[in-house]
Amino acid sequence: MAAYWLGCRYSMQQVAGDRRQLHSMPRYYGYYVALWTALPAVFLLLLWRFLDQGLIVSMVAAELPDIIRNLPVAELHLYLNDVLNLAKGNITSADVDATMQAAADHFKHLQALSDMSLLASLIGMVVAGAALALRQINPEFRSRPRVETLVRWMLAISASIAILTTLGIVLSVLFEAIRFFQMVPVADFLFGLHWSPQVAMREDQVGASGAFGFVPLLAGTMLVALIAMTVAVPIGLMSAIYLAEFAGAHLRTWAKPLLEILAGIPTVVYGFFAALVVAPLLRDGGSMIGLDVSSESALAAGLVMGIMIIPFVSSLSDDVINAVPQAMRDGSYALGATRAETILRVIVPAALPGIVGGILLAVSRAIGETMIVVMAAGLTANLTANPLESVTTITVQIVTLLVGDQEFDSTKTLAAFALGLALFIVTLLLNVLALHVVKRYREEYE
Amino acid sequence: MFAVEIKTEQASPTQIDTLPERTLGKPLLDKKVSMHCREVDVFYGDKQAIFDVSLDIGKNEVLAMIGPSGCGKSTFLRCLNRMNDTINSCKITGSIRLDGEDIYDPKVDIELLRARVGMVFQKPNPFPKSVYENVAYGPRIHGLTRDKIELDEIVKNSLMRAGLWKEVKDRLDDVGTGLSGGQQQRLCIARAIAINPEVILMDEPCSALDPIATAIVEELIDELRQRYTIVIVTHSMQQAARVSQRTAYFHLGKLVEVDKTDRLFTNPSHGLTEAYITGRFG
Amino acid sequence: MSDRIKATVKRRQVREAIEQSLIRRRKRNRRFRMLGLGAVILGMLFLGIMFSSIISKGYSAFALTDIQLEIYFDPEVIDPQGGRNPDVLASAAYGKLVKAALRKEYPEVKKRKEKRKLYRLVSTGAIQQLRDLVLSDPAIIGSRKKLWLIADDDVDQYYKHGENQSRLKGQQLAWVAQLRAKDALKTSFNTNFFTAGDSREPELAGIRGAVVGSFFVIMITLGLSLPLGVAAAIYLEEFSPRNHWTDFVEININNLAAVPSIVFGLLGLAVYINFFELPRSAPLVGGLVLTLMTLPTIIIASRAALKSVPPSIREAALGMGASKMQMVFHHVLPLAMPGMLTGTIIGLAQALGETAPLLMIGMVAFIVDIPGSILDPATVLPVQIYLWADSPERAFTERTSAAILVLLAFLVLMNLVAIWLRRKFEKRW
Repeated sequence: MAAYWLGCRYSMQQVAGDRRQLHSMPRYYGYYVALWTALPAVFLLLLWRFLDQGLIVSMVAAELPDIIRNLPVAELHLYLNDVLNLAKGNITSADVDATMQAAADHFKHLQALSDMSLLASLIGMVVAGAALALRQINPEFRSRPRVETLVRWMLAISASIAILTTLGIVLSVLFEAIRFFQMVPVADFLFGLHWSPQVAMREDQVGASGAFGFVPLLAGTMLVALIAMTVAVPIGLMSAIYLAEFAGAHLRTWAKPLLEILAGIPTVVYGFFAALVVAPLLRDGGSMIGLDVSSESALAAGLVMGIMIIPFVSSLSDDVINAVPQAMRDGSYALGATRAETILRVIVPAALPGIVGGILLAVSRAIGETMIVVMAAGLTANLTANPLESVTTITVQIVTLLVGDQEFDSTKTLAAFALGLALFIVTLLLNVLALHVVKRYREEYE
Repeated sequence: MFAVEIKTEQASPTQIDTLPERTLGKPLLDKKVSMHCREVDVFYGDKQAIFDVSLDIGKNEVLAMIGPSGCGKSTFLRCLNRMNDTINSCKITGSIRLDGEDIYDPKVDIELLRARVGMVFQKPNPFPKSVYENVAYGPRIHGLTRDKIELDEIVKNSLMRAGLWKEVKDRLDDVGTGLSGGQQQRLCIARAIAINPEVILMDEPCSALDPIATAIVEELIDELRQRYTIVIVTHSMQQAARVSQRTAYFHLGKLVEVDKTDRLFTNPSHGLTEAYITGRFG
Repeated sequence: MSDRIKATVKRRQVREAIEQSLIRRRKRNRRFRMLGLGAVILGMLFLGIMFSSIISKGYSAFALTDIQLEIYFDPEVIDPQGGRNPDVLASAAYGKLVKAALRKEYPEVKKRKEKRKLYRLVSTGAIQQLRDLVLSDPAIIGSRKKLWLIADDDVDQYYKHGENQSRLKGQQLAWVAQLRAKDALKTSFNTNFFTAGDSREPELAGIRGAVVGSFFVIMITLGLSLPLGVAAAIYLEEFSPRNHWTDFVEININNLAAVPSIVFGLLGLAVYINFFELPRSAPLVGGLVLTLMTLPTIIIASRAALKSVPPSIREAALGMGASKMQMVFHHVLPLAMPGMLTGTIIGLAQALGETAPLLMIGMVAFIVDIPGSILDPATVLPVQIYLWADSPERAFTERTSAAILVLLAFLVLMNLVAIWLRRKFEKRW
């Protein structure tokens, strides 16, 4: 702030108050100085904060008695954690002894030192930046283009965050998945017919390798998704057709947003609905007609997921149906076709690629949906096609494997990342395909 | 009798602004009539688009409708096979009769009407199906054929009459939208005549086509006159002069004048018509 | 001439064929139309059933049953020394007072087992009530007072929904019936539900902790995703050169919008918690994860908003000699802002209802305290719903539904703001 003001003032002084002589508006000189002052300091701050903790900890570790330093890595880590907690005044898990106290004191001392030097260098940086920028200011100095270039770079960096996110997902998931595949062969994972990760909890157990067969999970996921799509596609498509082709403007204006409310309801609410309303209803209904319906049946989860996806299918179909040119409809009506004939023989075939693309997106949504299945589908991996039985899905297993405190290195935890990788790849392929199809379709009528 | 009055007047800007109380020329025919229109008014919501139009369309004639843009000629055309029904706010009063039947009678089957009064649109709009399926669409939905052989026959005949058979006979399975603009428009004509309508309405059928394709379509229209009554809306006076026997001139929703084409263009009865055909506005 | 006759003959055939087929075709048309209408109605029906079942389950959680008991503030129990030292007062065994009052109310209960059942009628929250009372006014010690104390959730369920909805049995039912006859039971508005954190006892459990957690998370998400999203959209729409790199970025953003949310949770776990060693369960991490999730939504909406600003305005600004940056920030951005904000609100509404990725980063822990900062362990409203939905007690089901209603109320509010924004600034160019 001060730098901004300083920059403005200084630039004005240079031209003795006649702003017309400046190349750019005075405030751009202000921005320029402010940026030069703030940015390097912020960078330094971030870098420092990122490095100092690790650096100090390793320095503390170096001062520790040999006996502790020679502990296994995991225990040393634990010990250092205690030291940190002690220094910060938190509760420690181990008893505090003199060595630990000393280490903690040492840590505190180093921390204070670090903070002091950080402050000093920050001030230095700010002053240096400001001075440098101020020195550059003179009436011919083109501050506006410079500021603009910088802003442009900042915008570009923001735009790249999307890429970084994808990269982050791919790398983090891939990295952990590779570690998993070092313990469990890829083939076993991809083609194994049994999934029971619980066995792997205790590694000293006999035959504790656990079973990490992906097939039953995939089958369960597909079963639930299939049920969901059998609910969502007919209802979503038919209501889109009805609203686009039959309904009057009045019905359309209130029915469409009402249907879209379904899309805005959080999935956890659907999960609650599935587990506490639909599942008991199905079970009671099943026992009435003599069917044995599991209380965590794939049917309940699939039905409710279908309801969730209805607006997704209907709004995507609505888009593509509306993209079919009116001339097509006119051509058909002018030949004496009824509305149903026009829709079934002209509009739907013309919109088919778009509709298929939309359905693919919906499938990817169904496969990735988590909360409904976590709350309403089962945990045990059954390789079955019976919708009345309990099945489990990829997402359910990721959640059960990762919720709760686990060591990050166990096979179980890593298995979740392998599942995540599989999920990511499957949905990514579906999305790329669907978006491509929809884009091609759009171009055709544009 | 109106003609006498008008002839004495010189067309001047003030007179161009005045619209006649009644249609000039010869709105009513004594020969065989296909469609009778009487006192037709069309409203879009509160706005009136067509004012009190009475017009007869003779059998096997080509009637051209001309006029400056926004004059209501397309709107009127779309009333003739009730295509305006697809627009919710559109209201039509007066009577339009096809072979003596009022087409706005609630008992009339709109599908049958449209099968009898076919339409060709401004922009060629073949369905995104094969050439064959495009032509076969009408006969199929109406169930006109008993077997594939009959259908093949109809498709071939229609394409031949539309003058397209030679060009597409080897590519009947290609997508209709892949043809050239002129071919597409002739495909649409073939599609319309496949169910053998009595009247064909054409809404500026050549406005999206190049001159060569336009010439081919105009020639086709002249041939089709043997079998069908044709009403064509056009923005080109030359085209009206080339293809039609009678021409109707519309201005701001009113039918100003209708007469034999050569008479209308050489000796118009109303100052507005004259101003339009001499290019003083439009 | 013969050709003409042939044509008309055929026309009559055509006409007959069409007239014959029309009845069947009309019927089919009507059936198809009914099918469509049925689908719309079915969709509405699902919505209706869901809302009505949640409301009917949840509305009763906003009321809480109290039991009236005559409490003797026994100085012997509260403050045997009589020093009125606040520390002593705070740590006194108020439970004994409640138990004594219950014993007095039901002198016939003698057996130990039965007594324990009797004590269970009053919530452990009553202890807190009494403590607060004494601390605010120590003069109360030694007096007798009729007080309304929070009832146990079983009593609460019994009083609100009747016998078969409650776990009360045998003697307990009789005791409660007795209380009811004496008008010693009443329901009042459940303020606890809005002011308390989570608890193992349904009658004491509230959503304040979760609401505060959600607030922190959403604020972080808003603070990060709005500037980043808008900046990215501006770059992509206004400045980026058309090349393979921007095409790639674009495809990437579209795909990210469709990546399952749970995968973002995995990313958060691996990167933020494992690599950067940020604390588990913290709203900060939750906000960071949800930022990545909402960014694509905001970018897509913002780009659409920028696109809708007509080129004439850009050209006018450039024609005046403004630099491209000035054109964007002075003219285009203000016009596109309502659209961007609408998109942001919709993205945030999604984030507010999101559960799965937050489970991954450990926001599922049972947390009683209300979080005070973005680094404290916290939970959020949807996760609270998930946790309560898992609890077997009926009273928790009721509270789950009520929490859902609160969540939906927030979402409706956000969407209304979005709609209002859109209406207010909607411009037709």
